[in-house]
Amino acid sequence: MASLRLLLAKPWIWSFIGALLVWLATIAFTGGYGGGGMITAALSLAVFTVIVGVGQMFVITLGPGNVDLSLPANIGLASAVAMKVMDGNDAMIAVGLLAALACGMAIGAANYLLIWALRIPPIIATLSASFIIQSIDISYGRGLQIKPPPGFADFTNWQILGIPVLAILTVVFTIGAAIALQRMIYGRSVLAIGQNIRAAWLAGVNVGRIRFLTYTLSGALGGLDGALLAGYFRGANVDIGNEYLLASIAVVVIGGTSVAGGKANVPGVWGAALFLVLLLTMLNTFGVSAGVRLLLTGLIIVGVITAAGGQKALR
Amino acid sequence: MLKANTDIIRLDGAEKRFGAVRALSGVDFHVRAGECVGLVGHNGAGKSTLMHMVAGTLMPDSGRIAVRGGIEDHYSVPRALELGIRCVFQELSLCPNLSVAENTRINHASLSGFGWRRQAADLITAKLDEIFPGHSISAADIAGDLSIGRRQMVEVARAFTVTQDPLDLVILDEPTSSLDAHTAGQLLAFVRRFVASGKSCILISHLLGEVLGNADRIVVMRDGKVVASDAAKAFDRDRLVTAMGGAEARQKAAAETASRPSAGPLRVRARPARQEDGKELVAHAGEIIGLAGLAGHGQTDLLLAIFAAASRARAGIEVTAPVALVAGDRQSDGIFPQWSIAENIGIRSLARLRSGLLISPRREAELASFWREKIGIRTPDMNNNILSLSGGNQQKALFARALGSDAGIVLMDDPMRGVDIGTKLEVYDLVREEARNGRTFLWYTTETEELDNCDHIYVFKNGRIVANLRRDELTEEKIIQSSFGDAA
Amino acid sequence: MTAASVESGLRGAAERDKLARARMLRGLLPALSLVLVLLAIAWLNPRAISYFGFSLMLNLAIPIALATIAQMFVIAGNELDLSIGTFVGFVGCVTATWLKDAPLIGVLILLGSIGVYALLGALIHLRNLPSIVVTLGMSFVWQGLAILVLPKPGGKAPDWLLSLMAFKPPLIPFPIIAALLIAAVVHFGLMRTSYGVILRGSGGNAAALERAGWSLLRTKIVLFALAGLFGVLSGMALIGITTSADANIGNGYTLLAIAGVILGGGEFVGGRVSPIGAVLGALTLALAASPLLTFMHIPPDWQVAANGAILIIVLAARVLISRRER
Repeated sequence: MASLRLLLAKPWIWSFIGALLVWLATIAFTGGYGGGGMITAALSLAVFTVIVGVGQMFVITLGPGNVDLSLPANIGLASAVAMKVMDGNDAMIAVGLLAALACGMAIGAANYLLIWALRIPPIIATLSASFIIQSIDISYGRGLQIKPPPGFADFTNWQILGIPVLAILTVVFTIGAAIALQRMIYGRSVLAIGQNIRAAWLAGVNVGRIRFLTYTLSGALGGLDGALLAGYFRGANVDIGNEYLLASIAVVVIGGTSVAGGKANVPGVWGAALFLVLLLTMLNTFGVSAGVRLLLTGLIIVGVITAAGGQKALR
Repeated sequence: MLKANTDIIRLDGAEKRFGAVRALSGVDFHVRAGECVGLVGHNGAGKSTLMHMVAGTLMPDSGRIAVRGGIEDHYSVPRALELGIRCVFQELSLCPNLSVAENTRINHASLSGFGWRRQAADLITAKLDEIFPGHSISAADIAGDLSIGRRQMVEVARAFTVTQDPLDLVILDEPTSSLDAHTAGQLLAFVRRFVASGKSCILISHLLGEVLGNADRIVVMRDGKVVASDAAKAFDRDRLVTAMGGAEARQKAAAETASRPSAGPLRVRARPARQEDGKELVAHAGEIIGLAGLAGHGQTDLLLAIFAAASRARAGIEVTAPVALVAGDRQSDGIFPQWSIAENIGIRSLARLRSGLLISPRREAELASFWREKIGIRTPDMNNNILSLSGGNQQKALFARALGSDAGIVLMDDPMRGVDIGTKLEVYDLVREEARNGRTFLWYTTETEELDNCDHIYVFKNGRIVANLRRDELTEEKIIQSSFGDAA
Repeated sequence: MTAASVESGLRGAAERDKLARARMLRGLLPALSLVLVLLAIAWLNPRAISYFGFSLMLNLAIPIALATIAQMFVIAGNELDLSIGTFVGFVGCVTATWLKDAPLIGVLILLGSIGVYALLGALIHLRNLPSIVVTLGMSFVWQGLAILVLPKPGGKAPDWLLSLMAFKPPLIPFPIIAALLIAAVVHFGLMRTSYGVILRGSGGNAAALERAGWSLLRTKIVLFALAGLFGVLSGMALIGITTSADANIGNGYTLLAIAGVILGGGEFVGGRVSPIGAVLGALTLALAASPLLTFMHIPPDWQVAANGAILIIVLAARVLISRRER
């Protein structure tokens, strides 16, 4: 009983409960049919949101105004870079992944350069950067019809006992991220900066380096995501990352991370990502139109945040 | 005995709990017309809670509030304002994005309609002229552009402006904390005039001299209760300190500091950015260096420059050891509000708390409990949130953060602002002890008494060092003389 | 002592003058960047600087300016509206359908949507919610509603709206007059009236405002309702120009509006906004977005990038000027 109460006090538990309820509602509708397959599909898709969600989480935790709006453009460009470097050749998979990572890191570093050198609010800096990246992608990826190497496509779809391997790897990655957040100097510094950037500087935190690392990390995760998405969906595409702008922010906040900064929550990102993916599946199962689906998605996001509510946020 | 209806406000048996903490337990308190009540007590004694009740921002859990004899069942801020009771809170409550006149408008709902800007400007300017002659603040100034002292002046003056609501009682919570001696004097003189005209005032201050010199009656609080209440004349400094339950009588630090062996190796050599002559601040290992002068004359700037120079070389500043800083403005420069006390202490020493790549929770707890003992942080559990501590104990945690680090140089940015005497005396001892062990302290303070703890004092004026006094040369007059320059 | 106070007074005055000068220069920056963009256009294509040229180039400036003002009200209260773009799109769809076919219902829908905005303000305040997330959710809601109202691009703007937006006053092109009017009205309302002070104060120091007896619930509701109102005006103006609607027509406005506010000298927190600056920022963006780029013969692939680059250059100039001032 006490442990249950302790569990319920965790902010991330609600996103998992939400995901569970949505899943139950769906299999109730289908009469229990396809429940397992739904989880497999949800895990496969949630992975992509979780990866960028974690990057976005670290950025948002840096404090009010910090957000990475360049993720969609970043994902788009990295997917093209990965496909072009891999060139359908299994031997080049690792090189392609590295190229995508490097591309993402360069974007993240450029973002921070703008923020630092021009002292622009991160929202505007990453937005301006995303315009430029988008153009590079359009120009670079024009007519790009390269399929991923078969090995890579298989890897992104590989399952063991109905559990996507990518999901398992991502769980390992998120555990690492959670440890980094609470138990490493980097994570503590991010949390300190998010609570009070001036106090963090006066307490000896290297604010500039930590912010640089965080934007670079977010960029790197965007790049990785782009490559994986291109593998999973069998091809790069300028618009492949579009939905991840809102999704990455939504999973961070629904997952219990404070928008005011200084308080982050890694498990919640998983719960929220599963919740969103399952929600979409549910609405598709119910056969509603695109308009209704958007409407309900929005209302549920508002509803969830209202119900979870109460956390102090600067905006 | 005067009759009850001459009381502006009377609280009977006021109680208040915040969770498990009993902030007020059955307090009786009243203010008569035409009197200045001094309210003293350590941080966490319940003064602020009591004043929030008088101002209507907090309701007591039980007890009665009566204004001019009439029981108030639904007391609130608007009701208090209607009844002529106002409060200048300790934390600044101006909107930094608005002008001085616009900030005045916020407190006067009746300042609206055509020509309100002119009216608001005239109102505040007249009151500033009255309280702080020669203030040089314009009604069009944006509040955020003003120095902290000027902001406090505006805030105080604003509380005394009158439009439609009456004005009978003003609560001044640490009104001089950011004022220099000159403006503080102006304010206190005005308070006396205000009281002489039949109005009332509650004066809260940690500067006991201020309370002794200006209050008609003094109320002492301790642990959520009123422990003494008597005419001001009946108190002297020692009786006040005893009633507050602070540390035993003060001992001059002089004897102890005088017999310090000669200085160790050089730790800091710094020239303020605006210094034109060759004067510079020099600190050796084991020294306590005081930075004196009027508030905001470049002391903090120099400390921050030294702090920055420790991580990145700067022209004109030489720093030879790691630096830590103890902030004076806890909320904006010190505290991490979402963290526990232990985490707040550990942040400056993360590299040493690691085992391998990860921070060791055991070492972090050890560091925290060591300093809890050493500096006397009063809490049942160092894993409690930092905000569960009273202000003085929060400040101790900030000291623990700096002293528990590897820093050979500790910069102190007027850290005793608004801290009770008990805490102060404990920290003074600790600072001297740490200095004996070879640490260097650069200590900016606005309280002249604290300079007694220093070996060497640099007096600042307009961002420059204007005097350099040894401890044995130190007198209050000398500091004042240097602070005001040759013109004085 | 008096000598000392005079002396310290002088020092304070000098310091304040410096700050005031810096603030004034920062205030002039939005105008400066607009002039810069205009000069570039004049240099590239002198013929564009004409009545007809401006009417054409600033075609979309009115809806952008209105959306920017809407965003500015929200930012003034330390919030952020990520749904203003899809809201403009939704209003556009309603304008092109209901407002033309059944004006009464159309008006009711639009008034109701302003009411929804007011309610969002209340919800955000009462439940202490992060507005980024609430409005993020709402952006889906408005988009969904827009698709339900107008599943396929089409519809038609009411005739009165078409003729209003096609208005050709003598000498000065309509978009410029409209921009001046918007800036003047909002400046007066927010910067000069006594309640405008309260609205801005709620972004500057909410606790102080509450202590002085003002309702923060009310300020938030008013700010959001104003955002809704200007969002509605923006959507209607947009359809008046484009004549027909599309559920995605306003999507770009969310980020454009934020950029406009910031370009106009606004800050995300602290209630520091400027209506005149916001309108200037919107005009700058409107000019920079397409006319300038077309004149510069930038290939379509790179127009988006050029947009981003212009944003960066203008902000960089802002930093350079403020830095030299210091």
